[in-house]
Amino acid sequence: MGTVEIKEKQFNEIDKRMLEQIDQLIKTSGMPIIREPKTNNPLWVDVRDLTQRYVIPIGKIYKFFEYLNQGKLIGTKCPKCGTIYFPPQDDCTSCRLSGLTTVELSGEGELLTYTIITVKPLSFMHYQDYIVGIARLKEGINVLAWVNENPKNIQVGMKVKLSVAKREPEGYITYELRRT
Amino acid sequence: MSNVAIVGTGHTKFGVRTDVNLQELAWEAVKQALEEANLEQKDIEMFVVGNAGGWSSEPLSAIAIGEYCNLAPKGTMRVEAACATGSAAIRIAYQAIKSGEAKVALVIGVEQMNQSPHPVAVEMMGRAGNYFWEFENFGLTFPGYYALYATRRMAKYGMKEEDLGSVAVKNHYYGSYNPYATFQKQIKMEDYSKSRVVAYPLKLYDACPITDGAAALILASEEVARKITDSPVWIVSQGFASGTINLSKREEFLTIDASRVATEEAYRRAKIDFNDAWRYFDVADVHDCFTIAEIMAYEDLGFAKRGEGHLMAGNGETYIGGKIPVNVDGGLKAKGHPIGATGVSMAVSITRQLLYRAHKGTQADIRNGMGITHNVGGTGHYAYITIYSTRKPSA
Repeated sequence: MGTVEIKEKQFNEIDKRMLEQIDQLIKTSGMPIIREPKTNNPLWVDVRDLTQRYVIPIGKIYKFFEYLNQGKLIGTKCPKCGTIYFPPQDDCTSCRLSGLTTVELSGEGELLTYTIITVKPLSFMHYQDYIVGIARLKEGINVLAWVNENPKNIQVGMKVKLSVAKREPEGYITYELRRT
Repeated sequence: MSNVAIVGTGHTKFGVRTDVNLQELAWEAVKQALEEANLEQKDIEMFVVGNAGGWSSEPLSAIAIGEYCNLAPKGTMRVEAACATGSAAIRIAYQAIKSGEAKVALVIGVEQMNQSPHPVAVEMMGRAGNYFWEFENFGLTFPGYYALYATRRMAKYGMKEEDLGSVAVKNHYYGSYNPYATFQKQIKMEDYSKSRVVAYPLKLYDACPITDGAAALILASEEVARKITDSPVWIVSQGFASGTINLSKREEFLTIDASRVATEEAYRRAKIDFNDAWRYFDVADVHDCFTIAEIMAYEDLGFAKRGEGHLMAGNGETYIGGKIPVNVDGGLKAKGHPIGATGVSMAVSITRQLLYRAHKGTQADIRNGMGITHNVGGTGHYAYITIYSTRKPSA
């Protein structure tokens, strides 16, 4: 399933139902006004919707995505103070140095903490319940990602491996944690 | 530099407020505050609106409210510091009066989250971490961020589910006596245990509700306060700090760093000893957007030793009559958490506590005449600690 099908499915489930309701309201009462069931308070249902999709500049860390596409995970490293950055950034703002070098991450780490998201945000409704964890990698940096594991087998302190993964059903490349 | 006094307070009923729009809701609190202070709009030199926004329809909320409340053409702005927005708004007015720029300032905190459908509200709060690296791919929710702290504490300090539950039980107990609270119903541990998981290990009863509400404060210089009231409550000090946007950049997930830094600043200015802090205060309002947040607040404020905060509520230490009464207005958990109004609501609660004007069943014993509010924004992104006293600050 690509994003188009996902969006259509969501539209049919949520947006379309809302639009139909607005049309119905206007037809019966001349205005998009509903009554809140509990209190009978009149509510105007907005006829203007706001859909927002940001376009986010990634030029300064484009290398990260190139490596990700080749199945590799990198951080950036300041040649002066040696700090490794993850999420990657091209500026070491403490040394005021730009154009940092890249380091491939070992991916080996330990799970610091996790949660299982059961009440999901609107744009994540099409996924099964998912586990989000934070792992501390050997390099001393923390990474937040989904933990691809049965919730029964999960424990704070367990050894994990960070690796490149495909996010289905959209099919784009991202990264995840797994038990080792 | 002038001392700063609270001379008027206003507070609306919190909950689902579909009976009014945003500016009408703000007016309820503003009207109450003006009446308490016996002032008119023309006496107000500036007004600050704490409104995180996005949930309700008017983007320029300060202006919509200014027009409706008859405050224009006085200078204004909308202030945002996530869940600490209300405290940030107080800070602007506090600084204006302290510096002598203004003699009377009005602070309005307001939020109407129920103007958006619930799934959209959940989405918007989830986006309030680091959008790109935490939300875009991994879809954290707000309970999810705090759940990461709770999981870690369970593993590290042996915190149990019931320890979280004891905070919920306490806050619902006091909420039941607060006519302004969203939930005015007591709960039993059994109700807590049975409630649905929203982000493991946090359950529905660990979380504050999506809320509409407003609160207002009128701050005045010492000169004005002396003229208009016999019972000013003084702002003794305020500390504020910030944390990382990426949760993963934090170290231990056992404490909120920003809240500790802000506490140190506030205590230093008020000459309070961290290790004995609870002895100075008669009552505290702390940020309990989730039960785990209240537990960390106990430790970050020095009320409990590190690793022991989760035992306080269960031991009765944070009830009235205990070591230090905390969130006896019901807290965010039962009173509700209308993002922009919360910090102002905390200040109203503590002011009324210190003046023996709290609701029946929620009044703490006032011995030292001092109270404190602890207001965290985001998941420890912002922190504001404010100290109040019935005695004028000495310096």
